Amino acid sequence: MDLANTSLRQLASALHERRISSRELTQAYLERIGRLDGQLGAFITVDPDKTLSQADAADARIARGEAGPLTGIPIAHKDIFCTEGWLTTCGSRMLSNFVSPYDAHVIEKFAAAGALILGKTNMDEFAMGSSNETSHFGPVKNPWNLAKVPGGSSGGSAAAVAARLAPAATATDTGGSIRQPAALCGVSGIKPTYGLVSRYGMIAYASSLDQGGVIAPSAEDLGLVLNTMVGFDTRDSTSIDRPAEDYTAALGQPLKGLRIGLPREYFSGGVSPDVARAIDAALEVYDRLGAERVEVSLPHSQLSVPVYYVLAPAEASSNLSRYDGVRYGHRAAQYGDLNDMYERTRAEGFGAEVKRRILTGTYVLSRGYYDAYYLQAQRVRRLIVNDFREAFARCDVIMGPASPTVAFGFGEKTSDPVQMYLSDIFTISVNLAGLPGLSIPAGFGASGLPVGLQLIGNYFSEGRLLQAAHGYQQATDWHRQVPDMARA
Amino acid sequence: MALTDTDLRRLARLARLRLEESEISGLREQFAGILGLIDQLQAVDTRGIEPLSHALDLEARLREDVVTETDQRARFQSVAPQVEEGLYLVPKVIE
Repeated sequence: MDLANTSLRQLASALHERRISSRELTQAYLERIGRLDGQLGAFITVDPDKTLSQADAADARIARGEAGPLTGIPIAHKDIFCTEGWLTTCGSRMLSNFVSPYDAHVIEKFAAAGALILGKTNMDEFAMGSSNETSHFGPVKNPWNLAKVPGGSSGGSAAAVAARLAPAATATDTGGSIRQPAALCGVSGIKPTYGLVSRYGMIAYASSLDQGGVIAPSAEDLGLVLNTMVGFDTRDSTSIDRPAEDYTAALGQPLKGLRIGLPREYFSGGVSPDVARAIDAALEVYDRLGAERVEVSLPHSQLSVPVYYVLAPAEASSNLSRYDGVRYGHRAAQYGDLNDMYERTRAEGFGAEVKRRILTGTYVLSRGYYDAYYLQAQRVRRLIVNDFREAFARCDVIMGPASPTVAFGFGEKTSDPVQMYLSDIFTISVNLAGLPGLSIPAGFGASGLPVGLQLIGNYFSEGRLLQAAHGYQQATDWHRQVPDMARA
Repeated sequence: MALTDTDLRRLARLARLRLEESEISGLREQFAGILGLIDQLQAVDTRGIEPLSHALDLEARLREDVVTETDQRARFQSVAPQVEEGLYLVPKVIE
């Protein structure tokens, strides 16, 4: 089977029609990982014995006629999802020895569906980064050009899917960590409405923004995986209790009359010319499909990066206080009193970017600055949400670039944190508002590197977003393009 | 606004992060950039705007007051750095 050109739906039918067994399919992916991942570094952990025993269980289930749509499908998981019996590192030295004693809700859902764990993917440390360069386990390389970053923080998941080392991968998105790497690696990625995917067992970074999602080649594949991943969970206090929805139900319905909102602010400079050209061409495809363009405005969107870099570090400084060297994870080998143990453990366990964000968060929450920074950022957050509310009164979906540039080179932005932060300028506001967003491949820019088109929807409009993305993918074949290394 | 070395040392102490002297000057410079970024918020007129802590208005759910957790101490302590007889060991705190 040609794994570089087979969609998740095709894999599922092949399994259900018994044209291939889950064991054979899984061995084929494991073989690709063994052969190609040395160049990419997309995986932190692969455990063929565990995965193949799950494949055998899936084959037995298929033989009993009890298979669901994902039964027997191997799925890679971002190493932020706690996975019982598997090393779960969150890309950090702090958790480099942490074998999780329990499963995240998402992992339980996939297990119940009969999907297998193909491996755990590399990521920026604690999901803090936009290039995968902050991982303790080394950077992930972009499969389209090994000298370029894959984006982050879900760079391992995006690179694995782009090189077709996995048919789909889970990921998380706090400020763009699904959509930006999906864009830079030429694959599709969706961040659902905040609250749809349980955060239980998903290692916390900024809890009011963190949301699990999926990276896969196409919108249709995203819908199939999302159908299993979404669900109410009492163990996450912000989980949303809604009736189950089939996210693939609207796929194939025509896009005639779809009102596409184009925020003035996303098209007025700040985007490199090659990305702007690709986005314009994508919008012309939507014109031909009968969609209508509506000009909208998100006047506070430029403030989303400063708001984020107050709120996310504030939440992170609180969330990451749990890493104390007492209950799990790294503990310094040598220390004096209790405080010294904490300080040395955390100094050794965390990398530079994580430390910067903890210190920033500590600063904005400290006495005398709380009102000026933290509360002010929360007020501007409300203005950003209000902008979207007004825009969605006039359109069904907002479109624009997912990232201002194509993939950049290693080391290009590491010395200046603010430059790195600005690569999420188009994605962050979506997290602040809790809206669903996705990125799909929309051609290529400079040096043949992929460009991502971002689609932003109103709350709980995932089905419509995927319909809009699928319509585009029926009219184009960018999502079927694979890097040369994937054809090997 | 810029942070002094003393400010950074105080923040690091609050955050329980040991900083090496060699890290301080680099951090001070990076913080100047980060504060420059977030100081843009000071210019925004937010009079009359309520702070928003969460995008969705969610109500805290209540549950029955019954025991739902089982005893998993041994399992959870199997990944702890240092335990003895079911207790987590830390340096002596009380003299």
